[in-house]
Amino acid sequence: MATATKATSEAYEQAFAALRASGGPAWLPTLRREAMDRFSALGFPTTRNEDWHFTSVTPIAERVFKVAPTRSGPATLSPADVAALVISDPDWHRLVFVNGRFEASLSAFAGLPADVRVTTLADALKESPEFVAEHLGKLASGEGQTFTAFNTAFAQDGVVIHVPGGEIVEAPVHIVHIADAQAAGAGIHPRLLVVAEALSRLTIIESFASTGSFGAPYLTNAVAEIEVGNGARVDHYKIQRESTDAFHVGTTQVRQGRDSMYHSFSYAAGAAISRTNVYTQLAGENGETRLNGLYLIDGTQHADHQTFVEHLAPGCASRELYKGILDGSSHGVFNGKVYVDPVAQKTDGKQTNHALLLSEHARVDTKPQLEIFADDVKCTHGATVGRLDEDALFYMKSRGLGADNARALLTYAFAAEVLETIEVDALREGLEALAFARFTQSFGEQR
Amino acid sequence: MLKIDNLHATAGDKEILKGISLTVNAGEVHAIMGPNGSGKSTLAQIIAGHPGYVVTAGSVTYEGKDLLAMPAEERAQAGVFLAFQYPVEIPGVTNAYFFRSAYNEVRKANGKEELDPIEFLDLMEKKLKLVEMDQAMLHRSVNAGFSGGEKKRNEILQMAVLEPKLAILDETDSGLDIDALRVVAGGVNALRRPDNATIVVTHYQRLLNYIVPDFVHVLAHGRIVKSGGKELALELEARGYDWVMEAA
Repeated sequence: MATATKATSEAYEQAFAALRASGGPAWLPTLRREAMDRFSALGFPTTRNEDWHFTSVTPIAERVFKVAPTRSGPATLSPADVAALVISDPDWHRLVFVNGRFEASLSAFAGLPADVRVTTLADALKESPEFVAEHLGKLASGEGQTFTAFNTAFAQDGVVIHVPGGEIVEAPVHIVHIADAQAAGAGIHPRLLVVAEALSRLTIIESFASTGSFGAPYLTNAVAEIEVGNGARVDHYKIQRESTDAFHVGTTQVRQGRDSMYHSFSYAAGAAISRTNVYTQLAGENGETRLNGLYLIDGTQHADHQTFVEHLAPGCASRELYKGILDGSSHGVFNGKVYVDPVAQKTDGKQTNHALLLSEHARVDTKPQLEIFADDVKCTHGATVGRLDEDALFYMKSRGLGADNARALLTYAFAAEVLETIEVDALREGLEALAFARFTQSFGEQR
Repeated sequence: MLKIDNLHATAGDKEILKGISLTVNAGEVHAIMGPNGSGKSTLAQIIAGHPGYVVTAGSVTYEGKDLLAMPAEERAQAGVFLAFQYPVEIPGVTNAYFFRSAYNEVRKANGKEELDPIEFLDLMEKKLKLVEMDQAMLHRSVNAGFSGGEKKRNEILQMAVLEPKLAILDETDSGLDIDALRVVAGGVNALRRPDNATIVVTHYQRLLNYIVPDFVHVLAHGRIVKSGGKELALELEARGYDWVMEAA
């Protein structure tokens, strides 16, 4: 391995060998073995790797994250605990995982259309192994991607969603991942597989949260594979509010058909180090991709977002708006890649990235990368890194608002522009309230 | 109410105000006129507490207190209001929220009870009529995407809500057509009371047809070079600024 020692490599091999014995369909061990080999061969990326230039994963590479323990005894969390940890709504379908293991007693997802399948990965492997075999690891093959291979090798459970053609799933499907104290020192590898067939409609919300304190950091290494069929629309919200003792790597791999729409929103406020990858391929004509995100970090937190939009067909549009608010000596990274294939004429791409620095010690690195091989395209990108607007602060103060209040309101306003793109009301309102409370409080403390 | 004595101020290395003295009493309307670059807007911004200027000499006393020692928000809470020449756009903060926050902070600073959103909406309904604005604008972000006229009306609306003791209108007439000017001036006049005062900063006499001043001062090169009654404004309109500046 590139940065891990021989000892950690051997420890993962041993853990992997122990897992393999736990069974599943015949093809699964092969898929896992290949992933394990890939993980071993690739090793953890170093900052010499262009894709990881601004993010050192040494704190992850130098540890061995044990397989998360299975719960023994009754559930430690109540539905009320879950409701307090994540933004939720009684109308949403809910699947709750604690330390990567499904908790049926906390979950409720009845009332879906009859032919729409929402199930755990473990159940799907039993009930419809052919379907899983056909899709799992296809979009997220782990080729060149250590963390994806790591997930495929070690994933214990996850969610499989299959929306047949033309089906509209009205209420969002909320997938909740909670880490509790037992996750200390563990690696959790949630997997999400979504197949939304032609003209279907689905909203997914993934929430990552934690409760209690952790003597040793845990790692969440999530992978999502999402197929958006012709004319289908998938809205995908990822709300990352892990413990600041945690490491979080999340990779979403999407493939979109003709006239489809994939809308992603990433909220990242937790974890010591987080890396969020959203990769989408516009594989059919007139598809649309919207990638938005907001990260709020403080202290020594590090949050890295990488997006990659591949325009592989003509007439597709991609829109990206990412914003970051950085305090303390936190470090933010945004790397937005856009590839326009020679056949992808009439591509319309726009990428915007703004960061607001609240402290002199916060830092942001931003790197747009456009690779355009078609001639009739419109692709723009813009990035700003700045501080609060002094004129606006004076304006607010001249109306009687105290300096702290004015700063809080302006900072909130910066975040609000991107939160406004959230189309699920309860989620948007919840995040607005969180952001508002965060800034009112943080500026209040400086008094 | 306001006493400015020998005020000198700089922005960067440049001295902009070179000894301004002016007394404004309750119930009075003062117009400050002058050519571009004379220091009119600087004077207005210094009274409001803009951090971009350094006062090098002189004093500003407001209701017996040293105004220059107070941060901008305290001045506002004490009843000083500046209608900006260029109101700032604040995307993401609604007018309703901004106005209510400002109103309540001013109330709180004066030991009065805060209004809840419903009570505040009732108050706003009355104030909106004054500047002939629609309720819909309460839900728009502060000045964001507003036309020039809407921004100026929004300034007067804030003034109507905050009911300042000392209002300074900085070039509120610039960029307004005659209808907007009438509305804005009507709002200002409706807010006049014997216990408050207004300073109108303007380049042109036009606004003073609607807001009639008790005193007119001509500012040039950082000094008041001439003071008079409302007829001075008419004379300036007829003869331009050159003669006053030469006489000074």
